[in-house]
Amino acid sequence: MSAYRVESHGRIKHHQPVSFTFDGETVEGREGDTVASALLANGKHLMGRSFKYHRPRGAIAAGSEEPNALIGTTRSEGRFEPNTRATVQEIYPGLKTESQNSYPSLKYDIGAINDRLYMLFSAGFYYKTFMWPRSFWDKVYEPFIRRAAGLGVSPTVEDPDHYASRYLHCDILIVGAGPAGIAAALAAGKSGAKVLLADEGAEMGGSVLSEPGVNIDGCSAWNWLEARLDELRGMENVTLMTRTTAIGYYHQNMVGLCQKLTDHLTTLPEGAPRERLWRIRANQVILTQGALEKPLVFHENDRPGVMLAGSAQTYLNRYGVLVGRRPVVVTSHDSAWYAAFDLADAGAEVQAIVDLRDKVQSELSDEATKRGIRVLTSHTVTGTSGRLRIKSIRINPLRGSKAGRAETVNCDALLMSGGWTPSLHLFSHTKGTLRWEDDTKAYLPDQKAEACHIAGAGRGLWGIGKALTDGGEAGVAAATAAGFTTIAEAYPVENDREGTGISLRELPTDRSPGKAKAFIDFQNDVTAKDIRLAVSEGMHSIEHVKRYTTNGMATDQGKMSNMNGLNIAADALGKPQTEVGLTTFRPPYTPTTFGAFAGYHKGSHFEVTRKTPIDDWAEENGAAFEPVALWRRAWYFPKPGEDLHAAVARECRATRESLGIFDASTLGKIEVSGPDAVEFMNRMYTNPWTKLGVSRCRYGLLLGEDGYILDDGVIGRLSDDKFHVTTTTGGAARVLNMMEDYLQTEWPDLKVWLTSTTEQWATIALNGPNARNLLEPFVEGQDMSDEAFPHMSVSQCTVAGFPARLFRISFTGELGFEVNVPARYGRALWENLWEAGQQYDVCPYGTETMHVLRAEKGFIIVGQDTDGTVTPDDAGMSWAVGKKKTDFVGMRSLSRPDIAAPGRKQLVGLLTRDSKTVLDEGAQIVADPKQPKPMKMLGHVTSSYWSETLGRSVALAVVQGGRDRMGDSLYVPMPGKDVEVEVTGTVFYDPENARLKL
Amino acid sequence: MLLIHCPYCDETLPEPEFAYAGEAHIDRPADPQQLSDEEWRDFLFIRTNAKGPHYERWRHINGCARFFNAVRDTVSDKFLTTYKAGEARPDLAKLLEGQK
Ligand SMILES: [Zn+2]
Repeated sequence: MSAYRVESHGRIKHHQPVSFTFDGETVEGREGDTVASALLANGKHLMGRSFKYHRPRGAIAAGSEEPNALIGTTRSEGRFEPNTRATVQEIYPGLKTESQNSYPSLKYDIGAINDRLYMLFSAGFYYKTFMWPRSFWDKVYEPFIRRAAGLGVSPTVEDPDHYASRYLHCDILIVGAGPAGIAAALAAGKSGAKVLLADEGAEMGGSVLSEPGVNIDGCSAWNWLEARLDELRGMENVTLMTRTTAIGYYHQNMVGLCQKLTDHLTTLPEGAPRERLWRIRANQVILTQGALEKPLVFHENDRPGVMLAGSAQTYLNRYGVLVGRRPVVVTSHDSAWYAAFDLADAGAEVQAIVDLRDKVQSELSDEATKRGIRVLTSHTVTGTSGRLRIKSIRINPLRGSKAGRAETVNCDALLMSGGWTPSLHLFSHTKGTLRWEDDTKAYLPDQKAEACHIAGAGRGLWGIGKALTDGGEAGVAAATAAGFTTIAEAYPVENDREGTGISLRELPTDRSPGKAKAFIDFQNDVTAKDIRLAVSEGMHSIEHVKRYTTNGMATDQGKMSNMNGLNIAADALGKPQTEVGLTTFRPPYTPTTFGAFAGYHKGSHFEVTRKTPIDDWAEENGAAFEPVALWRRAWYFPKPGEDLHAAVARECRATRESLGIFDASTLGKIEVSGPDAVEFMNRMYTNPWTKLGVSRCRYGLLLGEDGYILDDGVIGRLSDDKFHVTTTTGGAARVLNMMEDYLQTEWPDLKVWLTSTTEQWATIALNGPNARNLLEPFVEGQDMSDEAFPHMSVSQCTVAGFPARLFRISFTGELGFEVNVPARYGRALWENLWEAGQQYDVCPYGTETMHVLRAEKGFIIVGQDTDGTVTPDDAGMSWAVGKKKTDFVGMRSLSRPDIAAPGRKQLVGLLTRDSKTVLDEGAQIVADPKQPKPMKMLGHVTSSYWSETLGRSVALAVVQGGRDRMGDSLYVPMPGKDVEVEVTGTVFYDPENARLKL
Repeated sequence: MLLIHCPYCDETLPEPEFAYAGEAHIDRPADPQQLSDEEWRDFLFIRTNAKGPHYERWRHINGCARFFNAVRDTVSDKFLTTYKAGEARPDLAKLLEGQK
């Protein structure tokens, strides 16, 4: 049995041993232990190395605020988690844990050399150290920064667990199940309100768990607790959640809770989620999160064995562990005295209680004397010794702020308390304001921004009695505000330990404060000296001090360090704390897994994949797919042995020579109908629509009000009052939103209805000289001759027996048709055409071939050849702008001075002088590749392909004053070469459009 | 996550049902061609950028799909009120009085 385990104490199951490993060594703990309590019970304080200096560190706290004792935990392959707090992780048989930031071992760590290079890593070292000399960058600084860029190591395989996500509405959410939270839940629960009480711990009770000596309502604290929790469990309207952390407090009382479900279990239940993220919407929120103890700031206050006094009390009373047998206590607050008494009563030989204050209550000194503990008021601590665990401390008498001659006292633990900081992180998430209260030496809640109540230590009320009373009152207030009626009970408390204290900066010392390693932020290795240096180097805002020193920026978000940092910065600035202000707390309250945030949205559920009615056929026929917006589209159809290039060349040839079939179902479609449909189209699009006859189509261009091209598509007039509008695949929702916006808010008088019909239609494009030959026998109700159904026509007819909207249009330059049939007939029609098309060697093609064929014709793709700064004239499409129109969206902008100015980038074609070279899309264009850098860039390549049809490469580009450069040579610098190109028109193939007229 | 009242549905619903749609009460000029370059620039680009109550548009995009107007405090993010498109600006003084 270990020298540090106290069988008479603790809530753990002493008769139930549990073995786990730490850095490969087997450690025996007890059921109910955390990794930290089990290690401490075995006399192991050393649990990790610090991040920057690799200093040996032990647990300083006993809860989720722990900055030092970060470990990696492994359950099984894939179930590895870095940066877990050893103070929170419950042990189970088979758990594997490891320390971090140490190599080759925790005890002998190479990185500790950083500790000797202390001066290099002072405040702002990120900004200063790495600036010189240049030659150090690659070999020294960069590897250091990379290694230092993250804590722990990342998991290497996919997380096999799944994570759940749920919503919950309640009348009253109570965060924190300490005495205040339980009293609030009892009061609110009796009102009949729907109450949720959540606590991050494995068991409820908060400070009551660490104060078994208190009597409540005539019972011992733990008996009272058990009875009251039973009472709450018995209320149908009350839900209790343990291991559930409120991670963020959002608008209108939405609170995110992360519930850990399996991390403490020996075996995982089949199918159980590891964690569940709750989105709670509460009518009223009660925050009873208690307070966090503040460390004292002195030289070498980070040595393993130096711990918060309240945490030592928790280790004893909850876990039956003495963190030291010969501890010294140093404090500026009464609460540490009580911790000393508890440890002494459990068998520890407390070497001394060192209090920074001149005087303490006589009951305290009497109690100490009764236990034979040496009391040193008006004393300070100025240093510690011991390599991997504290061995002794230096204690100096204080005269005013001067430290006298030092005395060395041997010890095996140092328990410190700098007072308590109300835990108001969640309250701060709501933009609730805080005010400094001098009585409690703490920031307390001031103005609320949400319907919330704060009770107990969260508003500076110390002691269990006050917490119970205040919690009960908060429960009544919240229930009343939610429309319920209840009263609070009275809870008489005996042996309560309220206590008072003072709030200090770094402790006085007899040594040079400039050499002190007095840590404030243990996780980011920030010292008091760093804060003072930051101020002296000009950081006068607390937010700047924080960023310059990284104080409070580690994963604990400064739970330990913010107040000490503020006190010291305020002192350095010569201002009161209130004028320096606080840094902002942000969610999450404690580090939260990505899994919890992702919930069900992973793998195939990460986002929607939209598929066309013909998608299955494409898959069955070996298509390679590419994502386009949320769609997956057939990219190309490789035959055995073909790569993209070979398949696309074949598909292009087949389409130009005979017949290609293409699934165009993803095209956005909007039906515009109503008596004012023509007027609406006139106002939205650049083109004139009044004279477009029924059964005719027109290419439509849509601008933003700023005059730049937003979208395009062919639009067919089905009747006087009905248009079939097509949009780009990715632009459909945006265009409909824009149309609705104008219709609803600018022109509500127009009688027009807009309907999204994208998914109502399957669209099959047939292109090539044999397109009509294939289609004609299937069509009923439309004369397919060129005279009766010329290019840019639309007809409502029947195709293969299916009702159809048949367009004669072409995005390839070949004779082309697009058949729209109701989506449910899409695959049937495709297969009909496919079968009959065999006589023409019909070739299915994908988006890549579609891109090549359209580029050969100089047809633009909005978003590829345009980028949100291209006007119709820039794109060479002034012909699409109605010259006689007096208004349309974006028209006024086309005469804005900048848009009418010469020298704008214009869309042109580029032909490489070496016809085999294919330009990189996005490559820059210059007039002279020999000019000094930085070169003047004239534009960039927007589209570039190998054209099988032309036996050479083709490209589109935007070039400054491009249309005045026809025939000129320009250069495209690409990796390893400057490619000479000729500026040409944009149409490379069949400029007379002869092939459309077959 | 905010709760937003749609004046058309007359329901208070969670934020993911809605989309922000820019400042409210900026009417598109009846005849843009009559505007000077400066006037058109102001219409296109110049916005209030209010710190505090802000008249703005929202759309109940995943609901009734209607655009409506709102007054929202850009400091607290809180909605002071929502109202139908086309209705006059509510009186800010009265709204703020009502918040107290
Ligand atoms: Zn609505």
